[in-house]
Amino acid sequence: MISPDIIRRLQAILPPHCLLIAQEDVKPFETDGLTAFHSTPDVVALPETEDQVKAIIALCRETQTPIVFRGAGTGVSGGALPVDGAVLLAMTKFNRILSIDPLARIARVQPGVRNLAISEAAAPFSLYYAPDPSSQIACTIGGNVAENSGGVHCLKYGLTVHNILSVRVLTIDGEELVIGSEALDAPGYDLLALLTGSEGMLAVTLEISVKLLPKPERTQVVLAAFDEVEKGGAAVGAIISGGVLPAGLEMMDKLAIEAAEAYSHAGYPLDAEAILLVEVDGTQEEVSEDVMRVREILLASGATDIRTAKDEAEQKKFWAGRKAAFPAVGRLAPDYYCMDGTIPRKALPAVLKRMAELSTEYALPVANVFHAGDGNLHPLILYDANQPGEWEKAERFGADILEMCVAHGGSITGEHGVGIEKISQMCVQFGNAELQAFHGIKACFDPDGLLNPGKAVPTLHRCAEYGAMHVRSGNLPFPELPRF
Amino acid sequence: MQTRLADFIRDTDDGREADRILRTCVHCGFCLATCPTYQILGDELDSPRGRIYLMKQLFEGASITHKTLKHLDRCLTCRNCETTCPSGVEYGKLIDLGRKHAERKAARPLSEQIKRRALAKFLPQENLFGGALKLGRMVKPFLPQTLAGKVPANPSHPDKGELGGISPSARHPRKMLVLAGCVQPALAPQINVAAARVLDAIGISLIEADNAGCCGAVSFHLNFQEEGLDAMRRNIDAWWPHIEAGAEAIVMTASGCGVTVKEYGHQLRHDTRYAEKAAKISALTCDMSEVLLNEEAALRGWLSGRGALEGKRVCFHAPCTLQHGQKITGVVEALLTVAGHTVLPISEPHLCCGSAGTYSLLESEISTQLRDRKLGHLSAAQPEVITSANIGCLTHLQSGTGIPVRHWIELL
Ligand SMILES: Cc1cc2nc3c(=O)[nH]c(=O)nc-3n(C[C@H](O)[C@H](O)[C@H](O)COP(=O)(O)OP(=O)(O)OC[C@H]3O[C@@H](n4cnc5c(N)ncnc54)[C@H](O)[C@@H]3O)c2cc1C
Ligand code: SF4
Ligand code: SF4
Repeated sequence: MISPDIIRRLQAILPPHCLLIAQEDVKPFETDGLTAFHSTPDVVALPETEDQVKAIIALCRETQTPIVFRGAGTGVSGGALPVDGAVLLAMTKFNRILSIDPLARIARVQPGVRNLAISEAAAPFSLYYAPDPSSQIACTIGGNVAENSGGVHCLKYGLTVHNILSVRVLTIDGEELVIGSEALDAPGYDLLALLTGSEGMLAVTLEISVKLLPKPERTQVVLAAFDEVEKGGAAVGAIISGGVLPAGLEMMDKLAIEAAEAYSHAGYPLDAEAILLVEVDGTQEEVSEDVMRVREILLASGATDIRTAKDEAEQKKFWAGRKAAFPAVGRLAPDYYCMDGTIPRKALPAVLKRMAELSTEYALPVANVFHAGDGNLHPLILYDANQPGEWEKAERFGADILEMCVAHGGSITGEHGVGIEKISQMCVQFGNAELQAFHGIKACFDPDGLLNPGKAVPTLHRCAEYGAMHVRSGNLPFPELPRF
Repeated sequence: MQTRLADFIRDTDDGREADRILRTCVHCGFCLATCPTYQILGDELDSPRGRIYLMKQLFEGASITHKTLKHLDRCLTCRNCETTCPSGVEYGKLIDLGRKHAERKAARPLSEQIKRRALAKFLPQENLFGGALKLGRMVKPFLPQTLAGKVPANPSHPDKGELGGISPSARHPRKMLVLAGCVQPALAPQINVAAARVLDAIGISLIEADNAGCCGAVSFHLNFQEEGLDAMRRNIDAWWPHIEAGAEAIVMTASGCGVTVKEYGHQLRHDTRYAEKAAKISALTCDMSEVLLNEEAALRGWLSGRGALEGKRVCFHAPCTLQHGQKITGVVEALLTVAGHTVLPISEPHLCCGSAGTYSLLESEISTQLRDRKLGHLSAAQPEVITSANIGCLTHLQSGTGIPVRHWIELL
């Protein structure tokens, strides 16, 4: 618990509407997009000015109080999960777009700005911000930087790290740093890449400069249906090896199609076992050529139905269904557990087959949504949290999937981050030397381990326990062990 | 989401309904993006997901105070979150339950109680409200500016002569009922006159039932839910003989009333005497735009026979009760276009104007911010006329702009 003295000092920093202390007020912050984990915060700070943030950081450093940052709370690895005795510091009131420079194609934004709001603000200049997580309507750019988020268009245009130019951050020492620059490259180590994806463990982001891209002259979306998921998987490989680099290449299986269609009425074929959505963009000629090429490959791969969106409105609908697919699955079951493994594309058929077997073994349905182009899987395990034991089962199923990904030469997270959720699988992914290097970097920025403690990088001790016991249950093994 | 409802509610009708809705929420946060109060305040507790969590706590038996009530009160009930939610969470129904039970558990400050009581008594009574409005207009020049802005000007406007002030007689065999409503007859009687004239021209007579009055929304949403239900029953009784005599539909010229009457069936589903009639009434209820959409051929015939009116550059502000509550989108815009007007696009068309029934009186600060944001977008399009489809939005928007704000039916 946080001491009354610290609360009193926070009250001196923040006006009453920016500081939540009462149980009824703080409880709604106990979880993020991964509801299986929750922990009631001791106190929630919602600062409105940078001076307030600075004062809170100084107070926390002085009193050795941990801090967990929070954006929109759409994270699905528990990155913003509160930690006992910590201040939960939500950056949502920093939601202003500071400037848009259409000539330099740069937007300067505060961290609480929604991802989609950047593209909306840039639209009058025919520009947009490329990384588009499915949660882009709601997630903040500060959260995107912290998780190095990706999205449908990252196959061609890269992840967050490839689309930001600089960040202004505040360290736990109270030092303000500008990392990166508006020039193409900066001297020295690429600290911007280090900060991107650091899950709120190195510093708090106060401002971000992002690259804007010109909207392509033309885009076209092709929808293809398959009677077997494996055929869809094979078509993905064929498209890429066929020399086309689609702007987006996504796959959904039958359950995911059903859920997404119920929400979006996009006109997805409900009898298909899988659909592929292929977006190509470029000049008129490029797009015409690519669409032809993609259609040929899809046909050769055994597509049962191929449709090209008839206008921009239909393109939007095709994507709206895909982007809402996770929460739309909430129509099929009360809860879902979203996984985020990556695999080499060629392993897709084998992984899918094993996943179907596991689904039968665990008696839990799984809906599959893939960023197929980059081999990023999002199996959604459906369960009912009100049934005793179901979450534990879902979690074990999830762990099996992740370890299968590693076994196939993939990784445990494509874009959702490690957070608290995949901390044990980090021991599977990395060896001791690598983990020690991570700890070393953390110590450079935050020697006292006050920022987001217990997340993202496990202690060696913890990994030893994990390896020895291989316990994978809902509760962390030995929760009393220090994790940082 | 996981739920563990408390004994006091678990096995009740309310409990089962609340649990069902809570369980569909997967806590994804998409709804934060389009919630007007979250846009302004940036606090999870003033977002749909935060309010859902506050209600979850309440139903799980946590002790709550007026603070929870405050966040629930601050919700505009615009239901933008329902449109956004991929999981199909029926937020509107949940907030009704949340408000009902929150008020039982947490006391409201006395001053607020009095204010809400007075509004619930006063607004739904046409004669009381109309009288006060006349008085308000007389003393308007002497009122401080903030108050004066809330007193709408006289409904007469330049086109009144052309539109005619008197409803046509009920001469057609095809008849539909129209709800007069509570505040609309005093504020803007010309709206129903215009509706009656258009329908008369295409062969349908609009009739009003004696004894029908406020749709019940005012009391219901101020959390005098029983009084609201009584108003619903009274309207059902008033309409029923006309329905039996063959009235085809109940036409709504205020979308706020429309969304409420369309839910009579849901609200009275446990009332054995009224459930069936209420469901029938709800099924027969149409927004004016839906009626004209169904009669499009006749409408086009009449319009072309009448010869072209001067087309205007107009904006349409779709009330939340129309686009999110009744899920009617694009219809009014199409009708205005058919009638020869140019409908200009606006940004953030999904966002509430801040009127929200009595909200503009109870939460005036947020309400005014939303109004000005909406008017900013509307005036950026440089329209000659702003149109909307709900009396609350019309008067609220007009209180902040010199551009005329009219019900769209007046432009047909
Ligand atoms: C339905 C759904 C779909 C999703 N789809 C995708 C997808 O396609 N691709 C993808 O990559 N992700 C996806 N996500 C995951 C999530 O939206 C992203 O991780 C997003 O970047 C989180 O942003 P947020 O603002 O919600 O951050 P939060 O969840 O609030 O926080 C995430 C992390 O960022 C840190 N943080 C937040 N703000 C700051 C700051 N200012 N300074 C320092 N640290 C900070 C927090 O401490 C935490 O560790 C999805 C989530 C959902 C619920
Ligand atoms: S969008 Fe729907 S499912 Fe997601 S948090 Fe909001 S209400 Fe819940
Ligand atoms: S009804 Fe409107 S104000 Fe209320 S939570 Fe939903 S979006 Fe927000």
